[in-house]
Amino acid sequence: MEQFTLRVITPDRVFYQGDVEMVEFNTTEGEIGVLPGHIPMTVIIKPGILTITEADADKEAALHAGFAEILPDGVTILAEIIEWPNEIDEARAEAAKRRAEERLRVNTPETDMARAEAALLRAIARINVLK
Amino acid sequence: MASMRDIKRRKGSIQSTQQITKAMKLVSTVKLQRARQNAERSRDYFTGMYETVTSILAKTAGMRHPYLNGSSTGKKAIVVMTSNRGLAGGYNSNVVKLITRGDFRRDEVVIYAVGKKGRDALARADYEIAEDLSEIAEEPAYPDAMRLSGELLAAFSRGEISGIYLAYTKFKNTVTHVPVLMRLLPVEIPEDARTRAESAGAPMNFEMEDEEALNLLIPKYITSLIYGGLVEAAASENGARMQAMDSATGNAEEMISSLSLQYNRARQSSITQELTEIIAGANAIT
Repeated sequence: MEQFTLRVITPDRVFYQGDVEMVEFNTTEGEIGVLPGHIPMTVIIKPGILTITEADADKEAALHAGFAEILPDGVTILAEIIEWPNEIDEARAEAAKRRAEERLRVNTPETDMARAEAALLRAIARINVLK
Repeated sequence: MASMRDIKRRKGSIQSTQQITKAMKLVSTVKLQRARQNAERSRDYFTGMYETVTSILAKTAGMRHPYLNGSSTGKKAIVVMTSNRGLAGGYNSNVVKLITRGDFRRDEVVIYAVGKKGRDALARADYEIAEDLSEIAEEPAYPDAMRLSGELLAAFSRGEISGIYLAYTKFKNTVTHVPVLMRLLPVEIPEDARTRAESAGAPMNFEMEDEEALNLLIPKYITSLIYGGLVEAAASENGARMQAMDSATGNAEEMISSLSLQYNRARQSSITQELTEIIAGANAIT
């Protein structure tokens, strides 16, 4: 199958670089899957799972924030926060999820709704990528 | 002429100072290597960020948006990046001078201090310190930059500050560090934005509305600039300290050699004097 170059860059390392067949992730406009030859486009990332389809295997990572630049021959994801499954602490993610749910449920005027929601989405993405 | 004992004591004290400056030089050399690697690793991310932001700015040129036009209310926020420790030559005072001798009036700015030295110097000069984030200066981490830029942008949208500036030391190479004052907000549209967007060929599409794209991208851009400033400042700090300690070690070397000379002269003259006295004594008896 046809391939294109995927680069995932974080502020302190090159997270992933290689030729892939397809890449899927969650954006502000919904989940998208990118195949080679896509029109040039820039999208903003929402917390979710990044699925990388290589020629012989699939890889997953929890992608939390950043944006992606899509070109016909390659995709560059500038990720502010991203983790491989083995870097995630499941117990901590579960605790964070419960905390965020609690905050959203109680919903006092002081609660920063946007922040609690973002925290919940991040926790869910972490837990999902471990499954 | 000072006595032999005085010279000896002085020499000993300079020698132990030299040992300290030598050790500090070695430590900052190692730290500099690490900080430089950090700065280099973040460069890819920064370049990608810059290109994307330039392309959207070229597309939205002429649009009215608070991030592009600024607001007239409130003071200007300056993020001042200095070190927590001294003995780094002119590193800290050069950054502080950018502000005290710059075009800003004292009452129209608030300082967000990263680094104790800059905070203390500006507080002494009667500047208003809005926040002290000195703990993030030593080991810059991206989440710290996110927190700071989040706070600044929140204050900006509340109308408390009218612009954001960044004062830090740019790391050119091991011996050249340039203090710079950079405007983060309102965003300066790079001069080459236009031409680059035109030469890029296929136009970039944005999935969302232009305004929304600006709302989402500019904060990330500012975070990356702040992070870039933090890592470069850390590298410059260690570079400046390495140089300062190197010349201190050299100066100590010089002083020790001149003191050795003095000591030997004093020693010789005291021997000569003793000899003259003995001979004079012997002559008097015979």
